[in-house]
Amino acid sequence: MIPASFDYFRPSTLDEALEVFAGAGEEAKVLAGGQSLLPLLRLRLAYPTAMVDVGRVAELRGVADRGDHVHIGATTTHDEVVRSPIVREHCPLVALATATVADPAVRHRGTFGGSLAHADPAGDLPAVALALDMVFVVRSSTGDRTIPAADFFLDYLESALQPGEILTGVRVPKLGPGWGFHYEKFHRTAQAWATVGVAAAVRQTNGTVEEVRVGLTNMGPTPVRAAGVEAAARGVEAGRNGSLRQAAEQAAEGTDPPADLHAQPDYRKHLARVLTHRALVSASAHRSPQT
Amino acid sequence: MARISVEVDGIAYEDEVEPRLLLVHYLRDRLGKTGTPIGCDTTNCGACTVLLDGRSVKSCSVLAVQVDGCDITTIEGVSSDGVWHPVQKAFHEEHALQCGYCTPGMVLASIDLLKDDPDPSEEAVRQGLEGNLCRCTGYCNIVRAVRRAAQEMRVTTP
Repeated sequence: MIPASFDYFRPSTLDEALEVFAGAGEEAKVLAGGQSLLPLLRLRLAYPTAMVDVGRVAELRGVADRGDHVHIGATTTHDEVVRSPIVREHCPLVALATATVADPAVRHRGTFGGSLAHADPAGDLPAVALALDMVFVVRSSTGDRTIPAADFFLDYLESALQPGEILTGVRVPKLGPGWGFHYEKFHRTAQAWATVGVAAAVRQTNGTVEEVRVGLTNMGPTPVRAAGVEAAARGVEAGRNGSLRQAAEQAAEGTDPPADLHAQPDYRKHLARVLTHRALVSASAHRSPQT
Repeated sequence: MARISVEVDGIAYEDEVEPRLLLVHYLRDRLGKTGTPIGCDTTNCGACTVLLDGRSVKSCSVLAVQVDGCDITTIEGVSSDGVWHPVQKAFHEEHALQCGYCTPGMVLASIDLLKDDPDPSEEAVRQGLEGNLCRCTGYCNIVRAVRRAAQEMRVTTP
């Protein structure tokens, strides 16, 4: 279908973008790669009156090593994230999960910040942001502020971004040595949303699990941190038969998964347990060398 | 209305477009490039895949205004001087199409794939084309064609 009409602005600097966005009315939307937004427009599920295209704002794009964290500019494409040597070295979980986002053509256009700002609990990156305690950097005409991932996702497709605010980038903390990572995703086709996804990070010392972080995709109106699993996995011997499975049994605790054509809530809860186990096993096996 | 200048299959165009005009509609309805079909219209099937500055994109999910200043290649621009692109030739020789509707997108996604990986395994081809659906389910011959084209391109451009 053809989208409804809107005014289109294409600022070339962030300052200009903020000014245009602030003056474009309440129904204005920021457009980056458009891979989530344009399908909504085409289905007439969204009717923005104005679109502020930040796709040409150079300062929003790129990956930078900032010492204790990696900064990923909001309009860095998924393809650029996956290819970035900095991301691969310091944030392997981001690279693993981003490589599963849709398909190559969508990854060429879709952006890291766009996927997060869209706040779709079925998207792959929100659960990763939560598991890694990413920090969102946001700018408005009144200045910068930061939002921890735990406070960013408020509800289905609803983030903590206020009117006039633009997500400029995301800080991904470097976790240091001894961590292993995995993103386990169950979906029907490349383009389908994850029925359920699990982002896992595991830190071990001599085979003992010291710390676990688990983020769940599509298990509620926001991404979910599987706190029960994180507590249960601490201190277990990763190699001992069944120890990680037992921890993974807590995965559905406190979740409120949706019902749709692809899965009912009880099936999603089952998937969360099974996939969390797989993710923990893989993350334990793929840990980075201890240095 | 917004003014765009865009190069499509080697020819420069200047046009006034409505901001809501999708790239695929611009290509088909304005430029008459009907070689790019509309498949699902939901960013799923990949039939409308074109190259935007050399990389595959789904033209139903890009606005025409967003490609201002860019270079687009459609299926109508991949042959040169009447000589088929090696991927087109391989699709013909391996009978990698039945109804042909997905073929333009498959060919362009394959060209993009081979840029990154000049010698893809069967698995790599299947992964690389995961965004393109063939509802005749003729995937085996498509995979064979892409690998054949890869071989030919390695021979002709060492």
